[in-house]
Amino acid sequence: MTIEYKTELAGSLSRARSVAASVTDPEMPMLTLEDLGVLRDVEIVGDTMIVTITPTYSGCPAMATMRDDLVHRLRDAGFADVEVRVSLHPAWSSDWITPRGREALAEHGISPPGAAPHHAGPVVLSLLPIRRTLDCPRCGSSDVALTSEFGPTACKALYRCVSCLEPFEHVKEI
Amino acid sequence: MDMNTPDPSHLPDDASVYDEGLLVSDDSQWAFGTDFEDPLAGVDTTVPDGVDTHELAIYCLMLADDALVMSHRLSQWCSNAPDLEEDIALANIALDLLGQARLLLARAAAADPSVVPALPDGSPVPPEDALAFFRGDREFRNVRLVEADNGDFAMTIARLLLFSTWRLALFERLAASRDHVLSAVAVKGVKEMTYHRDYAGRWFLTLARGTDESRRRLVAGLEATWPLHAELFTTHRAELVTSESGVGVDPAAVADEVDVLLEQVFSMSGVDRPEVAPLAGVRGETGRDGLHTEAFSRLLAEMQVVARAHPMGSW
Repeated sequence: MTIEYKTELAGSLSRARSVAASVTDPEMPMLTLEDLGVLRDVEIVGDTMIVTITPTYSGCPAMATMRDDLVHRLRDAGFADVEVRVSLHPAWSSDWITPRGREALAEHGISPPGAAPHHAGPVVLSLLPIRRTLDCPRCGSSDVALTSEFGPTACKALYRCVSCLEPFEHVKEI
Repeated sequence: MDMNTPDPSHLPDDASVYDEGLLVSDDSQWAFGTDFEDPLAGVDTTVPDGVDTHELAIYCLMLADDALVMSHRLSQWCSNAPDLEEDIALANIALDLLGQARLLLARAAAADPSVVPALPDGSPVPPEDALAFFRGDREFRNVRLVEADNGDFAMTIARLLLFSTWRLALFERLAASRDHVLSAVAVKGVKEMTYHRDYAGRWFLTLARGTDESRRRLVAGLEATWPLHAELFTTHRAELVTSESGVGVDPAAVADEVDVLLEQVFSMSGVDRPEVAPLAGVRGETGRDGLHTEAFSRLLAEMQVVARAHPMGSW
């Protein structure tokens, strides 16, 4: 392999990485797939650009759209041969949302997740409502109430602010 | 133009990020019209050494069918739940389980393609759909607990508590499976089902400690569900064989743990463990053997009718 070829390969790879990293999540378009932590890897094998993503939840209905968006955007950028792979391991964690992603969520009125629980030993049954320390993304008040642990997408819980009375969504810790 | 219809060209400068993505969108933004994807695309589905591929496939079908049928029952609450929040919660739980079912059906098909029903030549139906929509009732391996009618909200909560406590305990062990697809599905499932079990447990407690009527309904729902509880811990051959080869979990091994957890909920709720006899099988056969109740045939008819009418259909 010549030095020129290696340099060209490295250039293509870094260009493909930045294209893939700029594709946004179909359900939370303020986040890129990189910010959300679902973009796991971009690599070149032979002539094929292989992009690896991981689902947030098992039933995440956005996976097909993410795959299509990645393929379209990379093809538009001149990469003809693109393959999107799904990686199930390690399982996605809300801890993988980047600091930039957390800021983008808050800017758009969605409360970012706290630290994900780490289970050592059996998962403890919790019969009391989950208490999170979080602030209303609109008015900043910490006087908030959980409406439901399940929201409009698999990854969100529903809250309302007791001060400004607005409802808001919170990305669940997982 | 109707005065009430917003004109997108007049959106203010600070319009939401959703506007462009969701309101003014090309078709590729929508799941409809795009091909079904293989949920295991790009995942290494090699079967570990020393594992019987047929028994592994049957085991995957058992776990998949439990999730698929439970998901279908829960989704029947859509637009029927007591309030909007519970409607959304039950639909979310159904979606998580449907995701698990898709992965497990695809894993079954990859482990042993002979379990997938034959379709006409050229049919575009992928193996996971062929398994979900083109098998008859005798070929489904789910436990009978998941197929019973929903009953009221209290009965649905009682069943969800039994189901999610049991399945979470199984998946906590399945995370150590030598089959890395099963292991990955289990690790993810544990995170999801922790929310499901907590949800069911909290509603169980709330209904039990609520009004006389909510308590009456909960106790009745638990008693109606309980005859199908024992079957969850009865070991079937495929479960035994796969647990011996380190890929599956013997459900009998989680019986004590599940019992302790349920006791915790029952005692906090002031509800007695029901004393109702288990529902018998036929000649010893139950759900895992493909022997189901009448409610299951009606469920399957509804779930499968459209797919079966269009075996060459592309969705």
